[in-house]
Order: sequence, then C-alpha cells, then structure tokens
Amino acid sequence: MEQENMGAIGLDRLPEDQWATVSDVTVPTDATDRGLVLRLLELGFVPGERVRVVREGRTVREPLAVRVGHTTFALRRHEAAFIRVIPAE
Amino acid sequence: MEAPVPKQPLRIALLGNPNCGKTALFNLLTGSRQKVANYAGVTVERKEGVFRTTAGRQVSVLDLPGAYSLNALSGDEAVTRDVITGHSQEVLPDLLVCVVDATNLRLHLRLVLEARRLGLPLVVALNKMDRARQLGIHIDTSRLARELNLYVTETVSVHTHGADTLRELLDENLPSTGPSTWRESGIEQVIATQHDVLRIFQSVVTEPAIDKDPSDRMDRFLMHPVWGFAVLAVVLFLTFMAVFSGGAVLSGIIEEGFGAVAGLVEAHMDEGLLRGLLVEGIIGGVGGVIVFLPQILILFLFILALESSGYLPRAAFLLDRPMSAAGLSGRSFIPLLSSFACAIPGIMATRTISHWRDRLTTILIAPLMACSARIPVYTLLVAALFPDDAVSAALVMVGLYILGIVAAMTVAWVIKSTDKDHARSPLMMELPAYQWPDVRSLVIGLWERAMIFLRRVGTIILAITIVMWALYTIPSPRRTADGAPVERSLAGELGHALHHVFAPIGFNEQISFALVPGMAAREVVVSALGTAYAMQGDEGEVDEQLRERITNEWPLATKLSLLLWMVFAPQCLSTFAVVKRETGSWKQMWIMGGYLFALAYLASFITYQLTTVLTAS
Repeated sequence: MEQENMGAIGLDRLPEDQWATVSDVTVPTDATDRGLVLRLLELGFVPGERVRVVREGRTVREPLAVRVGHTTFALRRHEAAFIRVIPAE
Repeated sequence: MEAPVPKQPLRIALLGNPNCGKTALFNLLTGSRQKVANYAGVTVERKEGVFRTTAGRQVSVLDLPGAYSLNALSGDEAVTRDVITGHSQEVLPDLLVCVVDATNLRLHLRLVLEARRLGLPLVVALNKMDRARQLGIHIDTSRLARELNLYVTETVSVHTHGADTLRELLDENLPSTGPSTWRESGIEQVIATQHDVLRIFQSVVTEPAIDKDPSDRMDRFLMHPVWGFAVLAVVLFLTFMAVFSGGAVLSGIIEEGFGAVAGLVEAHMDEGLLRGLLVEGIIGGVGGVIVFLPQILILFLFILALESSGYLPRAAFLLDRPMSAAGLSGRSFIPLLSSFACAIPGIMATRTISHWRDRLTTILIAPLMACSARIPVYTLLVAALFPDDAVSAALVMVGLYILGIVAAMTVAWVIKSTDKDHARSPLMMELPAYQWPDVRSLVIGLWERAMIFLRRVGTIILAITIVMWALYTIPSPRRTADGAPVERSLAGELGHALHHVFAPIGFNEQISFALVPGMAAREVVVSALGTAYAMQGDEGEVDEQLRERITNEWPLATKLSLLLWMVFAPQCLSTFAVVKRETGSWKQMWIMGGYLFALAYLASFITYQLTTVLTAS
C-alpha cells in the first residue's frame, strides 16, 4: 500500500453518484482510528473494489451512503477519508 | 433407520453477519420452541431453541448476536466472540453454523474464513438462495465447499422446507478443523484474508454487474434530503396513527371482556373480602394493564417490519445529522424509536452502538421517550383537562410526546458538553438491501413481545395489584390521642406520609399513594388512583368516574403538575434492572434514576407553583 497512486482522492471527496475504484487505505497511528480502518477493510473497502457515494447529507456532506459490492454503508466523512479512491473516467 | 439415534443432544450456534437472515433461519429451525427472553430477569441475553435433525437427533441451537468480525467493536460482537472462543460462561458449542447471505457472499465470506481458524466443527449455510437466483447470481456450491474445505448447504429461511438440507447435514459426523489458531487479526492479516475471499468469490460466483442493482435507485429517493424526510414523516405519522386508533378499538374489546368477567364474578359470588380481591384487585388491576397490549404490539409490528425491510437504517441515516446536534448519532434512532413502545427493548437495542458514550447516553435518555405505559395516564389527565375539546386534547397529547423528545435531546446535549472526550462517534452502519419482511419472523417477534408483557402482568403487576388492594383494605392500627382508631387504611397512612414530599408539587394523598405502585410499573397508576378513590366497577366505569372526579376536584395546577411528572419521572423497576444489567454499573442506574427524579420534581414544582399563582390572580 505504499506506492503513490496518481489521481487518488479520499472517498470523502468523491462526488455523489460517481463510481471509483479503491486504490489504497491510509493506516493511521491513532489506536481508535486503526480499529476503524481495520473494520473498513473487513467490510470490503479493500484495494480494487468499486465504490460509489449513493447519497450524502445535505449541508456538510455527512453522513455518506457508500455502495461497495452488494452493500451500502453509512459512513462519516472522517471514516471515508481513510479510503483512497481513483474516480472512474 | 438402522443406526441408533445418539442420545446426546447436539449443541450448535448460529454465527453470521448482521442481516444474513440468521434469525429467520433460527425461527424456521426452532419454530415456537424457543426460550423467550424475560427482560426482567438478569441472565437472559441469549436466544436458544431446540429442534430435531432428519434422523431425530435433538439439537439445541444458540442464536448468537450478529457480528461482522471477531475483532469485536460493539457489545454484541464481544458476546459472540466470547462464546465461540470459550471466554464466556457458556459451554463451547459442538458445532458452528456460519450463516452467509448468498446475495452478498463478497462481504459475508470473510467471517467464514475467520471462524475456520477457531478449530470448531464448522458448517456453512448459504442462506437466501432463492433471492440469489432471482437476482441472477449463480453460486457453484460444490466448488465453494472444496475451496473452503467445509460442508456447505443451501438454505432458504423464508420457506417451510428451506432448512431441510441443514437438518440432514447435522446427522453427519462433522470433523473439526484442527486446533484453534484464531487471534485478533492485524491489518496485514485482514488484507491477506480479503485476498483469499476475493479469490474464492471470483472462482465460485457469477453475477450481473452491480451497477444494475435496483437498491440504489430506492436509496436515492428514500435518503433524499427533502423527499426522504417527507417519507419518514409519513411513515412515523402512520405508525402512531395505527397505534392510537387501532389500539383503541382492540383495547375497547379487551376492556369489555374484563368487564363481563367482573360482572360474572359479582353475579355468582357473595359479597365479601374474596370477591373484593377478585373484582377490584385482580380483575380491575390486571385488566387495566392488559388493555395496552394491542398498542404495544401494533407499535412493535411496525418497528419489526420496518427494520427487517431495511427501511429503519435509512431513517437512521437521515436523522444522523439532526441527532448529532444533540451529540448522538443515527445509530441511536432505532433504540429510541423502540423506547416509545417500552424502554426495556430500546435499552437492549443499544448493544449495536459501538461507541460507549453514545450508548450510555442513549440508555440514559431512553426512559424519556413516552412509552406505551404512559398512554393511559396521559389519556386520563388530558381528557380531564379538556372534557369537551377533543382537538386540544389530541394536540396536548402530541405535545407531551414532543416534550419527552426535546428533554431527551437536551439531556444528551448536556452529557456531550460535560464530556472531555470530543471525538466524533463512529457511524459505519450497514444499509442492507431492501427486502419483504419475513412473516414467520414477524409473528414470532410479536409473540415474544406479547409473552414478555403478559408474563410481566402475571407476576410483577399481579403482585402489586394484590398488595395495593390489601393496603387499602387493612385498616391502620394507629390510634389517635384519645385512643380511637384513625379512619384510615394502611395505604392512607402511606399516602399521608408521602404527602409531605409531594405537597409542594400539588399532589394530594391519593396521588402520592398511587405513585408508589407506579414506581414499580407505570401502568398501574390509573388503577391505583381508582383504588385510592375506592371506586367499584369494571375498568371502563372506573375510568369514567375517575375522570369526573379529577375534572371536578383537582385544581388545574395539580392536573398539569401530574402530567409533567409522568413525562419525566423514573418509574418502572424493570427499567432500573435493565439499565443496571446493560451498563454493568449501579452508579449509572442511580444517575438515571436521580436525574429523572430531579427533572420531574423540578418541572412539576415550577408548573404547580406558577399555575397556582396565575389561576389565583
């Protein structure tokens, strides 16, 4: 997960309704956040997966409803930011 | 049937992600042969049932709480992990059945790979196979079994024969998967496991492109910032309409039934103590509580149906922002909604909240949601306030519900403000695919609620009723200064003593006494008031007479004060018990009781004193 991915952005910055592919996941140093990232990985946010923001909260873009595989998850922007994605063309 | 049936019952446990259809499968396997949870008890945190295999072997099955992973994040997941890793008081199951959703193998397969490391005999139940076929998902089951090196069986938990293959499989002698190598995984291992999952998934599943999934279109509408809220408002409105109108009709029928029974007893028994106990004590008291059963069941029917259809998590998504203003997250929505039926299942539902402060806050404010046991007292008082004005009465009722919600949000906000840890609470909540609710699970769920309620009526409430009746019937042994007996019952003495505490908030002796049994169970406040005013007759008549006396005899300030008291006061011992159990702390229980009492006393005091001053001038 170390290599640089050109054009990768945090999932929290992906525009609504656009598909993207997970490129890598940021591993934080904070223990609580590591637990979060571990769970995100377990839920399927692993490199290579296609994702899309189905809906987001209006004013502050939170929470985000993110589709991955056959499942949709409600995430905080803080949580989504650990997931790096490359938007589809 | 040559082989003798082994006598030893098999102990199995169902393991699976939330929303894998595990509970529906459990219901299909065991039917009504389940141990029903009794919320008043201390030990019941588990659902267990029995069934027989095809060859007749008895199986006892444990329905573990849903878990995404054994790296537990929530209290639910910790229970599951502890049971199957042998770190609980439970006997380790002989066999694990890992239930996976065939329409979502990509997500659910990971738990199978993790559970395989436990070393326990393991069977995979490929659930919702019917739905997978409808969606055009093809799964090569035998290849999956080879890849996993495990038995894999297809199940359809919504069909009567959907678990027959699993029943058959349990007669086989199933090998264990070797010594346990499970330990909490780190990030590297999770990624390695996910690679395995992906490889297996791609080799056994062929499916249409996920872009075609109809769920997304529904989500875009139901979670729309405007239309989504409009739909939610309509759904909640219809739910509470059904509770009040449907509940009233059914309650009327039950009321008449009890009235008829009381009439029969009165006609066939001579006047005396025993008849008094039966008619006024037991039939009046118990009947007065059973009339709420329809309202509770209707509310639960809506909650269960909305939850299993997948709608409630979407509602929680919509409400996440508004609730975060009070320091809560959308995850608290479902527990709080359940609390409108009864705080106890609501508090138990907080187990899915992984963040401790959020969970504790939700537990502490759950009793402020107007539970169904408050409805009769609200109805009685509001009717006494507005005898001829149904519209005002209805508006005030709505106002009382809103007052509870506003108070809850305020308390949550205060807790957040005093907490030094300002970290944002996590959300990470699955919005599962929409589906039709499984009728069998709905019926069993409602049956469970009904039994819990009726058991409560048969034990706590019956006991309170009898004790109350006795306190009113036994005269006080105290004598006045000149030696004459005081003309009071024991209950009157108690009310007289409590009156000193409650006089500043305008409660008379009858109310003061009625609050004592009300502490044990809110539902009995109305019948306690009835007994306090020593009225005869069946439930309906008592209500009528009571309403008249309250309308005519209580000052406005007292009526308002008691209404406010009912909104805030800590009542119902079962809630205390469940708070103690779920938080594992006496301190939290007393905090909850203390703040609610203070809030109630303060609100009633201000209301009473202010109204008294205003009405006097």
